[in-house]
This record gives sequence, structure tokens and C-alpha cells, in this order.
Amino acid sequence: MENGTQTAVFYILSGLIVGSAFMVVSLKNIFHSALFLVLCFFSVAGIYILLSAEFVAAVQVLIYVGAITVLLIFAIMLTAQLYSPSIRQSNEQVIPGIIIVGTLLIVTLSVLRRTSWRISTQGIEGQSTVSIGKSLLTTYVLPFEVVSLVLIAALIGAIIIARRE
Amino acid sequence: MFESYLALALLIIIVTGFGAGIILVSKFIGRRPPLREKLLPYECGNIPEEDARGRFPIKFYLVGILFIIFDIEIAFLFPWAVIYKELGIFGLIEMGIFLAILLIGYLYILKKGGLKWE
Amino acid sequence: MLELDQLFKNIYLWGENLFTQWGIPLFWLELLGMLIVAVIILAFMSLSVLFLVWWERKVSGHMQSRFGPMRTGWHGWLQTIIDAIKLILKEDTTPGTADKIGFLIAPIIVFVSAFMAYICIPFGKGLIVKDLNIGILYILAITTFTVIGLLTAGWCSNNKFSVLGGFRSAAQIISYEVPLTLSILGVVILSQTLSMQSIVNSQKHIWEWYIFRQPIGFLIYLVAAIAEINRVPFDIPEAEQELVAGFNVEYSGIKFAMFFFAEFANLFLVSAIATTLFLGGWNGPLLPSWIWFFIKSFFLVFVIMWFKWTFPRLRVDQLMGFAWKFLLPLAFINLILTGLFA
Repeated sequence: MENGTQTAVFYILSGLIVGSAFMVVSLKNIFHSALFLVLCFFSVAGIYILLSAEFVAAVQVLIYVGAITVLLIFAIMLTAQLYSPSIRQSNEQVIPGIIIVGTLLIVTLSVLRRTSWRISTQGIEGQSTVSIGKSLLTTYVLPFEVVSLVLIAALIGAIIIARRE
Repeated sequence: MFESYLALALLIIIVTGFGAGIILVSKFIGRRPPLREKLLPYECGNIPEEDARGRFPIKFYLVGILFIIFDIEIAFLFPWAVIYKELGIFGLIEMGIFLAILLIGYLYILKKGGLKWE
Repeated sequence: MLELDQLFKNIYLWGENLFTQWGIPLFWLELLGMLIVAVIILAFMSLSVLFLVWWERKVSGHMQSRFGPMRTGWHGWLQTIIDAIKLILKEDTTPGTADKIGFLIAPIIVFVSAFMAYICIPFGKGLIVKDLNIGILYILAITTFTVIGLLTAGWCSNNKFSVLGGFRSAAQIISYEVPLTLSILGVVILSQTLSMQSIVNSQKHIWEWYIFRQPIGFLIYLVAAIAEINRVPFDIPEAEQELVAGFNVEYSGIKFAMFFFAEFANLFLVSAIATTLFLGGWNGPLLPSWIWFFIKSFFLVFVIMWFKWTFPRLRVDQLMGFAWKFLLPLAFINLILTGLFA
């Protein structure tokens, strides 16, 4: 794949991610924000494909778009009184927000500039799913089992919160 | 490999354009004057009294959370399934532990009635 | 033999020669190729939906001891085309209080997600648009956009019935997605690959078909898939007696046609996936591969239509209870047994 096309696609995808993220936080209609979030997640999947991580891209769409966005939309539909005019939608603290975020941006950018990144030219041999499977179940077994503990914690937490109504 | 996905992205754009195009065509072909009755939400002839976006039961949200957790579990099952033969009994034991912990969680939900009514 | 894949390869090579002769960069050939592929798949989808709608009305009619459409054309085969033209000519109303952008986007999302899944279906030997490495996972991922489309349609119509219909539809689809994926995982364990053509290639003889090694998996897949496409006995979200057509109450004309089209396209898609995973795909003696594929897929579609007129509709709580308390444990047991004995 030629470098030029890859760079062009990368910039388009990044533009989509940043643009849709901006729309998510600035739109008044919260449902439209959710739809732009879908676009953002989908573009992130595109970046994963650029990195030859097709399995991660598919799981990104499957979980983020398929499950998390659906949950988010359920939450929007359940708390519909956000549409009533008595709740303020606009942001009143724009100036302090800009100052704080601007500082964070400068700090992050300077850290990124000063790190010497090691660029690996070694690609993935074979398919990404197979490689992920191998490392997940041999080298990284312990984190893998810990994930199941995290999941069960989430399960129990959800039931406790929901049952209290 | 990457070219296939670029082709897919282009296809998505083409088909979205096609879909939007058909709707646009229909907008021009089927024009009729707007009537007040046509703009009201449909309720079998009644006039709707309150806003449709009222409160809804919370069990939908619970189903959503359960689905996320099981979906993540499935995402972990995929890489294991693909190299199942290579890993042999060792991989089976590891995945068995993973599933057993989640089984405990599932039995807990079942007992606590999280799956009732819906 | 009428193998079509050689024909397509030859056309592409001829195009390549032509373009290099005229000095046009090959990028345009790729783009043109993609446009033609899109048109072919759309044409194929339209033809199969046309046929399926007609077939459904005929099958339903004969199962109820009546004829079904008979007037338009021989035994009513023109009926679907005429219905489609009628829907295009209908007025495109949007309810006054609806969310206009969401209302417009919802049918497009559902339509596009149904279309994009067809890219990875192996219609015959070499007849697959793109044999992705993560074939079946890609199909699962892209069909999750349907849920988003349904929720958008329900919410943006701003109608009590459609919001509730959208909610129930989405809850039903996500509940049945877990057993569906688990039954697919059983096949993945047996075939050790996610690519659709490889799965078909590993079932060359009839005794190698995965339906014999995964009978429970096949049944779980079939039931979960029928629930995923919101068909009877799982069509509570769309039932006329319950929710007045659920999430697409407010839709008329071409947008309604798109939802309807997507529903039948999904019906064929689900049968095609079941054929690929469990019935050996396009493998078969004597006849060309793509004919075998269609025979098997249409047989499964017929079985699904048969279910429609055999089983009563499930109540919402029965539906959800069935998914979470019966199908899910069964699918896990199936997976563990496959893991132990494969």
C-alpha cells in the first residue's frame, strides 16, 4: 500500500474523529450527539485497520457501536426530561474551560515532542487474530483472568444498583 | 489487506449516497400539499395528549448492561477459538477458568432476579 | 461448467488491458470496479428481495389454504415490483414533532448495514466480493448498526408506539445476539478460521458439514437469527395487534420500503450465513457451486417462513426469558462441549 494513500486516509480519519468528537460535545440535541459518537467510534476502527489490527477494529465496532452506544441511547431515552427547557443546556464556564484544556494540550504536546519514539518497521506475521490469541493465552494469561474478575464486578455492581429501585 | 478495507469504505459511501438519492427522488415525485392532520403523530385516530418521550422502565437499561458484559466476554472468546487446536488442553483450562468466574456472575444475577420480567 | 468466477476474472483482466492501453492510472479501474460491484450487489439484493416477498406471500397463502397474489402477472410475480413503484410514488411525510435529521437517517443506516454484510458472503467458488480475514466477525460487527438504526427510527418519530417499539426491538436483538455469537464460535472452533471461504472449504464432503457435528449449535443459530431479524414468533416489536407496526409507525413511502427491503435482505443474509457455516456453503456434486448455494439458502428461508405460520407469537417477557435463561446457558454448554470433544 503506497505511503501517500495511507497518509491521506490517516488524515481523513483523524479529521473525522476530531470533528465528530467536537460535534458530540457541542450539539444541543443530545440524540444527535450520540449519532456523532457512532461516527467517532467507527473512524477509530478505521485507524485500527490502518495499523493492521483488523481484529481490534472489528471488536471496536462490535462492542463500542453495538453495545456501548446502544446503552448510551437507552440512557438518553430513559432520562428524557433533558429536553425540558428548565434544565440548562448551554455551558456557562467557557473561559475557565478553555484555560484548563489549553494548559493540558500544551503539556501533552510538549511531552509528545520530547519522547523519542521507537518506530518499529516489523509488521505482524500472519493474521492479527491468531497473534492476539497466542499472546493473550500464553504471555498475558494473568491479565486475561483478571479481566474476568473486572467483568464479574461490573455484573454484580449493575445488579445491586438496578435492584435498589 | 488494507486495500480491501479501503474498498469497503468507498462502498459504504456509494451505498449511502444511493440510499439518500432514492429518498430525494421520492421527495420530488410524491409531492402533495401539507395538511395539519398529516403532521400529527399516529395514534389510531386519537389526538395524543402528552409528549411521547416520557419515562420508561429501567429493565431495558439492565439488559443493556448485561449485554455489554457478555459481549466483552465473547470478544475474548474469539481469539481463543481461532487457535484452539494449537493451544490444546492448556488453553481449554485457561478459558475454563475465565468462563467459570463469569458463570458465578451469571448465577448471581439469576438468583437476584435480574432477569425477571424481561 | 458454468463457473462464474473465471468470467469475472477475465472481465477484470480485459479492463486492465484496456486501461493500460489508454494510459489511465489503474486507480480509476478500481473505482469503476467498485461501482459495478455495488450495482451488482444492489441488483442481486433487489431481485432476491423481490422474489422473497412474492414467495412469502405465496407460501403464507398456500399454508392458509388460499392462493396469495394471482392477478399481476402469472401467479402474481409482478406484485412486488408494482408495490415498490407504488411506495416510491407515495408522499413522503415526516411527522411535525419528529426529529427530522434522525428520521431521515434511520432507514439509510438500516439499509447500508444490510448491504455491507453481503460483501463477505461466499456465493460460489471464488464468488465472494472480499474474503476478509475476519469474515464472520466482520458480518457480526456490521449488523450491529441495525440496532442503532432501529433505535433512531423509534426515538426520532416522537410517537409513543414507535419509541416503545424501538426499545423492545433493540432489547430483543441484543438479547439474542449473545447466543447467536456463541453458536458461531462453535463452528469457529471446528474450522479454526474466521474467513468465510475457508469455512466453506473445510466442508467439502457432505459428512463434513458442520450441522452434523454441531446440531445444537445449528438450532441455536436458527432460533437466535429469527429473533435477530424480528420475525414471528419473535415479532412483538412489529406486531400489528400490539404496537401498530412498532418503530416504523410513522414511516411511509420510500423510507418504509427501505425498512421492509432491509428486513427481507436480512432474512436472506441470515440463511446465507447458516448455509455457509452449517450446510457446507456452495459445496455439492454435479451442479455449479452458486446453484447449490441458492438451493440451500432458499431452503432455509422456506423453513423460516414455515415457522411463521406454525408457531404463535411469544410475549415480550417470554421472549426475553427464553433468551437469557434458556438459550444462553444452552449455547455456553454447547461451546464447552465443543471445546472438550473437538
